[in-house]
Amino acid sequence: MLEIRDLHVKFHDRDREAVSGVSLHIEDGEILGLVGESGSGKSVTAMSIAGLLPRRQCDYTGEILLDGKDLLHADRAELRKLHGKEIGVVFQEPMSSMDPLMKIGEQVEEVLLIHTKLTKEERRRMALEAMAAVELADPEAVYDKYPHELSGGMLQRAMIAAAIVIKPRLLLLDEPTTALDVTIQAQILDLLKKLNRESGISMLFISHNLNVVRKLCRRVAVMQRGVLVEEGETETVFHHPQHPYTQRLVAAIPTRCRKEDQP
Amino acid sequence: MKKTSMNGYLAAGLILTGVLVLLIVAGYFWTPYDPNAMSVGPKFAKPSLQYLLGTDNFGRDIFSRVMKGAGTTFAIAVATVVIGAVFGTLLGALTGYFGGLADAVLMRLGDILTAFPSILLAMVIISIMGPGKTVNVVLALGLVFIPSFARVTRTAYAGLRDANYVKSARLMGASSARILWVHILPNIMQVLLPAITIGFNNAVLAEASMSYLGIGVTPPDASMGYMLSEAQGMFGAAPWYALGTGFFMVLLIFGVGLIGESLQRRDGEVD
Ligand SMILES: Nc1ncnc2c1ncn2[C@@H]1O[C@H](COP(=O)(O)OP(=O)(O)OP(=O)(O)O)[C@@H](O)[C@H]1O
Ligand SMILES: [Mg+2]
Repeated sequence: MLEIRDLHVKFHDRDREAVSGVSLHIEDGEILGLVGESGSGKSVTAMSIAGLLPRRQCDYTGEILLDGKDLLHADRAELRKLHGKEIGVVFQEPMSSMDPLMKIGEQVEEVLLIHTKLTKEERRRMALEAMAAVELADPEAVYDKYPHELSGGMLQRAMIAAAIVIKPRLLLLDEPTTALDVTIQAQILDLLKKLNRESGISMLFISHNLNVVRKLCRRVAVMQRGVLVEEGETETVFHHPQHPYTQRLVAAIPTRCRKEDQP
Repeated sequence: MKKTSMNGYLAAGLILTGVLVLLIVAGYFWTPYDPNAMSVGPKFAKPSLQYLLGTDNFGRDIFSRVMKGAGTTFAIAVATVVIGAVFGTLLGALTGYFGGLADAVLMRLGDILTAFPSILLAMVIISIMGPGKTVNVVLALGLVFIPSFARVTRTAYAGLRDANYVKSARLMGASSARILWVHILPNIMQVLLPAITIGFNNAVLAEASMSYLGIGVTPPDASMGYMLSEAQGMFGAAPWYALGTGFFMVLLIFGVGLIGESLQRRDGEVD
């Protein structure tokens, strides 16, 4: 459904390309993992898909095709129609991802307000449904709360609810669990798995932790300094890493985890 | 503890300003005497129960004049701040959010303008538009106030431009107008509100200075500034005129200042 062809992104104020020649594809209903160290260009890749590149501050070439339509060079008006409706995004820090002065419920519905002609009641009903789908306890109560009244884990669920309320086809998850503690992290991973299974939504799951990716994704791509160095079935990459960088990534995972999770 | 004292500031400021606003509003409908009528009492009468702030050289009741004059000053200050805040915020929002060349040019222009004392600029503008009209005083002061509001809001908008929640609103397809108005504006109130209170006080002072210099409001519209300049001429014979008017002006500035102070300190606190 999504195909990235030879993506190059270079910020004017940097010497090195942030992304240099990445090609990737995501199939319908698939969760693709994207791992790599800090600064390897994972977020820039995701931002390119989401149309959030600061276009005036960088040069970009290549193609990003969503069902054959190029997103990378589409103009703002076109993008505005596509985005939100087809693609949802969840960022790393749940706290800063929400408008501090808007009720959670209103933020979950925002995308419906922009893209549909639903009435207020219908929007509210869909928001509550989405909030239930992400297993937020007592959606009715959470609907009227403000971000500072929720825990990190609840906020991240609310963010996911906001991203899926309009039933987009692709969800971009930029380290959605990194800021959360381990138990909550596991719960969010389970939730993502469930959403993927039940609604067939495709996902790009970004992480710097290969072990987390392994729990969620059948296929994984590894980036280093803007370059895609390895791509393949997660288990294969995990057990037979080809590239020296991937080998180091795997070696960095404690042995205990590696054994425990053997299929 | 600190929080309570801040709420104390706010309460004191609101009460003080509230009482003055009541007085001003009342002044539109009723004053003890006609504020512009001469010989409602003897000339230069000392403050008494009958003439709360005494009378002036024409035998006009000063308290009545203060009620009316404070109204004029208040209206000028509010109008000035509204012009400055609305246009300043608009400029600040556009330049801070979009950046680019317009941003650079407008901000340099603002730097140049703010390098001059605002009174001087306002005087120049008034002399161009023609002195002697209250509307022109408001327009001139409003114009002069735009750059400072633009600067404050520009910084705030630029700071939130790349916040994740703004990015996700953008991704959801929210229009720029919606992002600027619905998503960012409410979140910069903690810098905008104190700026408004400071602007209000500066406007009160600026109006006073301009009227004092004879380029502000003209009779029969008494403003506090105009009255102060009148009072100066008879300070020996009727010191209560200057003192009474000055006292109410200080109260107004102090009250609004307290509100501003409490709003400004509050943003340092978590929640
Ligand atoms: N707006 C920007 N302007 C200039 N350089 C940028 C900008 N955004 C990202 N970069 C640079 O692009 C490179 C890739 O950054 P990116 O955020 O994609 O890394 P990442 O893989 O997501 O890392 P992390 O794991 O820390 O999130 C980095 O060198 C970064 O400094
Ligand atoms: Mg990143």
